[in-house]
Amino acid sequence: MTTKTHVQTTINGEPVDFLCEPRQSLLECLRDVIGLTGTKEGCGDGNCGACTVNIDGRIVTSCLVLGVEAQGASIETIEGVADGTNLHPIQLAFLEGAALQCGICTPGFIIATKALLEKNPDPTEHEIRFWLANNLCRCTGYDKIVRAVQDAAKRMQEA
Amino acid sequence: MTTYEPNMVIVGEKFDVVGTRPVRHDGVDKVTGRARYSADSFPNGLLIGKVLRSPHAHARILSIDCSKALALPGVKAVVTADDLPDVSAEIADLEEGAAVNYGFYSRNVLAREKVLYKGHAVAAIAALTSHEAEEALDLIEVKYDVLEPVLNIDEAIRDGAPVLHDRLLTQSSVLFRVGGWGDEPNIPSTNLAMKIVSTEGDVEKAFKDSDVVVERSFSTKAVHQGYIEPQATTAFWDENDRINVWCSTQQVFAFRDHVAAILDVPVGSVTVNPLEIGGGFGGKGQGGVYLEPVAAVLSKKSGHPVKITMTRSEVFKGTGPTAATKIDIKLSANKDGKLTAVKAKLMFDAGAFPGSPVAGGSRTMLGPYVIPNAVVEGWDVVTNVQKSSAYRAPGSPSAAFAMETVVDEIAKQLNIDPIEFRRINGAKEGTRQPANGPVYRKIGYMETLDAAKNHPHYSAPLNHKNQGRGIAAGAWFNFTGPATAIVSVNADGTVALVEGSPDIGGSRAAMAMQVADVLGLKSEDVQPSIASTDSIGYSSGAGGSSVTFKTGIASVEAAEDIKIQMKERAAKIWDVDVNDVEYDKSKIKHVSDPELKFEFRELAAKLNGTGGPIVGRATVNPGGVGNAFAIHIVDVEVDSETGKVEILRYTSIQDVGKAIHPSYVEGQLQGGAVQGIGWALNEEYFFNENGDMLNSSFLDYRMPVSLDLPMIDTVLVEVANPGHPFGVRGVGEACLIPPMAAIANAINDAIGIRMNELPMSPGKIVKSLREI
Ligand code: FES
Ligand code: FES
Repeated sequence: MTTKTHVQTTINGEPVDFLCEPRQSLLECLRDVIGLTGTKEGCGDGNCGACTVNIDGRIVTSCLVLGVEAQGASIETIEGVADGTNLHPIQLAFLEGAALQCGICTPGFIIATKALLEKNPDPTEHEIRFWLANNLCRCTGYDKIVRAVQDAAKRMQEA
Repeated sequence: MTTYEPNMVIVGEKFDVVGTRPVRHDGVDKVTGRARYSADSFPNGLLIGKVLRSPHAHARILSIDCSKALALPGVKAVVTADDLPDVSAEIADLEEGAAVNYGFYSRNVLAREKVLYKGHAVAAIAALTSHEAEEALDLIEVKYDVLEPVLNIDEAIRDGAPVLHDRLLTQSSVLFRVGGWGDEPNIPSTNLAMKIVSTEGDVEKAFKDSDVVVERSFSTKAVHQGYIEPQATTAFWDENDRINVWCSTQQVFAFRDHVAAILDVPVGSVTVNPLEIGGGFGGKGQGGVYLEPVAAVLSKKSGHPVKITMTRSEVFKGTGPTAATKIDIKLSANKDGKLTAVKAKLMFDAGAFPGSPVAGGSRTMLGPYVIPNAVVEGWDVVTNVQKSSAYRAPGSPSAAFAMETVVDEIAKQLNIDPIEFRRINGAKEGTRQPANGPVYRKIGYMETLDAAKNHPHYSAPLNHKNQGRGIAAGAWFNFTGPATAIVSVNADGTVALVEGSPDIGGSRAAMAMQVADVLGLKSEDVQPSIASTDSIGYSSGAGGSSVTFKTGIASVEAAEDIKIQMKERAAKIWDVDVNDVEYDKSKIKHVSDPELKFEFRELAAKLNGTGGPIVGRATVNPGGVGNAFAIHIVDVEVDSETGKVEILRYTSIQDVGKAIHPSYVEGQLQGGAVQGIGWALNEEYFFNENGDMLNSSFLDYRMPVSLDLPMIDTVLVEVANPGHPFGVRGVGEACLIPPMAAIANAINDAIGIRMNELPMSPGKIVKSLREI
């Protein structure tokens, strides 16, 4: 049995401590150790974006971050996007715009979109496509995702 | 004259709920991360399984020694083919014209005498953690006698080629398409598992008498469905020999049947519990059992539930992509534009075990046409690569790539507009599919062609000399199958809908909307869910674009059953003749006494006290499937320096019968188009000479990303299918048939080159440009 490390983080605003092996990825820690399974694994090697989370204001693919690296970090996952029972405007835009089919890519897209709109509240279609190019979706052809991001931008500006 | 706007619907009949765009019922769970997919089950005592895969493309297994692996701390069980029964070669009928031979199926799940491709499962370990299981895999000692592999169709069918299977006969009927393995010893074996021919008329005479004849050869590579969720399964074999499986599958009941057959246990002892599916596209369908029997045996041996999740590389190397193909076509026409004859030979690479979708490809490629003389020959060839699996409209996209580019070439030679050319030869109600196929019932191909011709995209100017426009057609027959639905009335006037067919992209909402429409309720008043195999009657799965049709009919009939019972209950309460009670929208009322009426909700509240709850049920296996036709229009720009093809504009037009929820139907068309763009331009299994797939990651197997694409416009043409109460035709597959040919035709329009190989990657474009 490998010795485990004690890691202290803030996840979705709450303090969370966990034990992990040095070889475990943050994705593994979130899903298998902490039980936050909303973050998805599509590839495990940084190429699909399904595992996207926000660490200290930057989006990363959590399969490429080690659990131990999260010491002291503030992490946002899909479970923290809604405000209690109030869905975030991005979630509403995805939902009402049918921007998901199977939905496995959706958590990653929502986390990535949130970071985009916080940085750039009124992105062009090209900026949206460029920003989301790390996130694979095999179902939608991206059309309704791009439209949902545009719609979310509008909702957030109006809010 | 229709005014076109993005994503428009040419609406057929109007309904109250059907045809609107409510929020889907499972949506909130999916935007909050709560939805549970296959890797998200964590029962108590869970062990993690890992699979050892063959390092050779072709080898005899001499011995497997697991003792060192078992001795590793944390390791709880190991499984090899010796732990599975040696099931017979019995053939079971599947959907979409497929069949399975369990002798082969079992050997694909765990290799028995031989490994037949690199990535073929050989053994598996269950341990406390995935890392321990992985370490243990390295300690399994397998001795192989390495054999020469055959890696493609040409190698497999040459004289003296090494044969994969000791006893494989060439079958001549689709009914026996899974090969003749298993009967007699000592027959000369072959890699040609099936050869089928369909003939009509006199092709040779017609070629001689025709004004133009075009003959071309094509080849396509294996491509993967590319679902983002890797296969994962959790199984628990308990002390009572009950086996529970939790997985994401397009075929809940078929998975149960296959698992039971491979484990040689009674079907009733297996329960498959469906989880959300993170994309399937055929790959998680009938042929999609890989991990379930393995996890089940590991569970039996360890006494714990066992979960196995594939890595992405395992998904590429250990599951089925679609078949690589080689296709020859000879097509002739007269100056008046009428097609006269077609001769086609399709050779499909089935991979390690027989059963490619060559039969489907042979039929659908001619589906949009009337051609009096035809000979179509299909070959199913086994090679030392992954066992091919279904991928959206199995067999058809490759076949249509060949057919539709030859049609384009003939139309150009005759100087006839390609849409007009397809009108002249187009299938209609009452025409027979070429090569002695069935006669079409009501179809909307002409309406689809008209919508394409009138679309502003078709006449928009192109701005640059390296830009071009192409179109192509696609036909898909759509399928049906047995389905069950149960609707229960709640006391608050809502209803719960339970169905047995899984939801791979929003079909749950489509079922609920059909029920709501029948009962006069709102979409949100119906709560749909997908049940386990113990909780509902047999239901065939999500394949062949069949769910909204067949399970839709089951849902509608279950709702009709509710109506009858609600009327009976009202009659009982009012003490009147039931024939004097009618159901009108959401009201149950007496035909002549205006005092006697209930809102659905009012009566629902009284059920328990007036005779008990009301449950509507229906089991169906409906005929009356409606065929689907699609036309795609695409503009490309080719960079003649780099060979890169950029998609400038894309419009997908399809007869959908009736779009229950138009947004999700558009989504099917858009997603299909983009999978086709990937297939056309980038995607391929890239093997070295040892049969190693060299690009088994999403970095190297490059699927389209948002930046590669424009918006994908759609036109939904609604020509109702009379075989469904709302007019539904399946929509999920026809939309992946035209893209490759449409793009090839656009490339030809742009730079004058006919591409005859997929993918049309930059290197190939540059090479072709140099050759002219
Ligand atoms: S799972 Fe991390 S990028 Fe795919
Ligand atoms: S919705 Fe299925 S992968 Fe995006």
